[in-house]
Amino acid sequence: MTTDVFHTAVLRTELRLFRREPGALFWMLFFPTVLLAILGSIPSFREADPAIGGLRPVDAYVPVAVLLGLTVGGLQGMPQVLTGYRERGILRRMSATPVRPAALLSAQMVVCGGAALLSALLALAVGRLAFDVALPEQPLGYLLALLLAVLAALSLGALLSALSRTTKIAGAVGSAALFPAMFCAGVWLPVQAMPDLLARIVGWTPFGAAAQALNEAAAGGWPGWSHLAVLVAWTVVLTSAASRRFRWE
Amino acid sequence: MPVIEVTDLRKTYGDRPVVDGVSFAVEEGEIFGVLGPNGAGKTTTVECVEGLRVPDAGRVRVTGLDPVADHERVARVLGAQLQQSELQARLTVREALELYAAFYPRPADWRPLAERLGLGAKLDTRFGKLSGGQKQRLFIALALVGNPRVVVLDELTTGLDPRARRETWQLIEDVRAGGVTVLLVTHFMEEAQRLCDRIAVLDRGRVAALDTPAGLIRRSAGATVISFTPSAPLDDEDLRALPGLVSAEGSAADPAGRGDGRVTLTGTDETVNAVITLLARTRVTAHQLRVTDTTLDDAFLDLTEAPA
Repeated sequence: MTTDVFHTAVLRTELRLFRREPGALFWMLFFPTVLLAILGSIPSFREADPAIGGLRPVDAYVPVAVLLGLTVGGLQGMPQVLTGYRERGILRRMSATPVRPAALLSAQMVVCGGAALLSALLALAVGRLAFDVALPEQPLGYLLALLLAVLAALSLGALLSALSRTTKIAGAVGSAALFPAMFCAGVWLPVQAMPDLLARIVGWTPFGAAAQALNEAAAGGWPGWSHLAVLVAWTVVLTSAASRRFRWE
Repeated sequence: MPVIEVTDLRKTYGDRPVVDGVSFAVEEGEIFGVLGPNGAGKTTTVECVEGLRVPDAGRVRVTGLDPVADHERVARVLGAQLQQSELQARLTVREALELYAAFYPRPADWRPLAERLGLGAKLDTRFGKLSGGQKQRLFIALALVGNPRVVVLDELTTGLDPRARRETWQLIEDVRAGGVTVLLVTHFMEEAQRLCDRIAVLDRGRVAALDTPAGLIRRSAGATVISFTPSAPLDDEDLRALPGLVSAEGSAADPAGRGDGRVTLTGTDETVNAVITLLARTRVTAHQLRVTDTTLDDAFLDLTEAPA
């Protein structure tokens, strides 16, 4: 391969810069766990609810918190950064070096994906330690579902970055897409509590499929292949659309 | 073999030809200037050399390589300072220099480079906190940090104060003394005159002239300006008969002149000799006689058309 799609110095730089963005750090890494802690401290959230199969609401909200950081990172974090890099000529400046600006794209994906995974681990740890939420009983399946969900979120972010000409557009589109995405992930109503038809429709969306796959793995089963397939299909479609539409300047 | 070869380059945006058949060749170790009014196609031309734009037609070669097809190999030997670009706002000067040094196989030591550009005290300052001139100097450093064989500088000293401008010129002369070839886009005539060995004057996407700075001045009509205040009025016929005369102002031939009695003639060296002979023959004394070359500014205005 003659073009450097991954470049360690670029990745190190993007990691460093991410640590200097207190807003991104909070919303992607800590906000989901903070939300979980607030909800978990409501007494009724810690009582078993027959409407969601005898789970306590706080149990159902751990996977929601796991998906939340990823949703925020994919829909708001990465597109903002990448459209900003394009708008301000940072991608262009890098085009004039032996390293392709694709290295910035891949570094952003690694940083955002890594932050989403960390955020998920934090939510799982706080759920377990503070609210006695059981850890996923099928950890391998859980991890697989989580990784596929991260990839789907990143490809959605890449497409948003490709389609938005300015950071303002990226911000508006990202916010508009954030609410349906959060709904599908179960922020307002965990998927277990959704009526059957709604749950099935939501299951076709990337975050709905991710939520259902995570729930299945948390309960000890292997995540349904159909949910995993939905995630893979979204990733393929969104990535190919993004790579065709992405402009470096 | 020339280090940069541009042959019949064409680039059209929409239906507007921006570069319309530009050719030039830059030899190794040369400082080659690209001059021209706004919209003449200067930046588009150098962007094709940098491999940032794909020409519609024509041939561009940098050290014998195609900057588009062989982008990576060209980028390793070509340092670029772009007209409009930024860096990540929270990246410090030191980090930017380290990052860009890591892009090249044999980078220069960035510390002396930063010192040389007056950035030594700013290494821990974030890009977003730098002044316009400091950003400009950082981009010059980034263009040089890869130890390039060719540097392309687009509006090198825009935004710099006169002292920083002169220091930057000295730096570019030193860089060239090290054997580096420099392609310089500028609209400062003083900069072009001081630095460039040869200049291509672009106008509306074409090369209007290509010569040394002195050559450009020489070829512009009325390269020499003679002005004086005669002790007695000169005969109109005598003035008009001067060889090589291009224009006469303030003389009897031009009664609408400035009226201070001062005569300003433009012409050639021959005109100067003839004026002195004329003054001696008519026994007129020329007070405050000045003979000057026209500047590159005049040559530039002469070679490029005023916008329609």
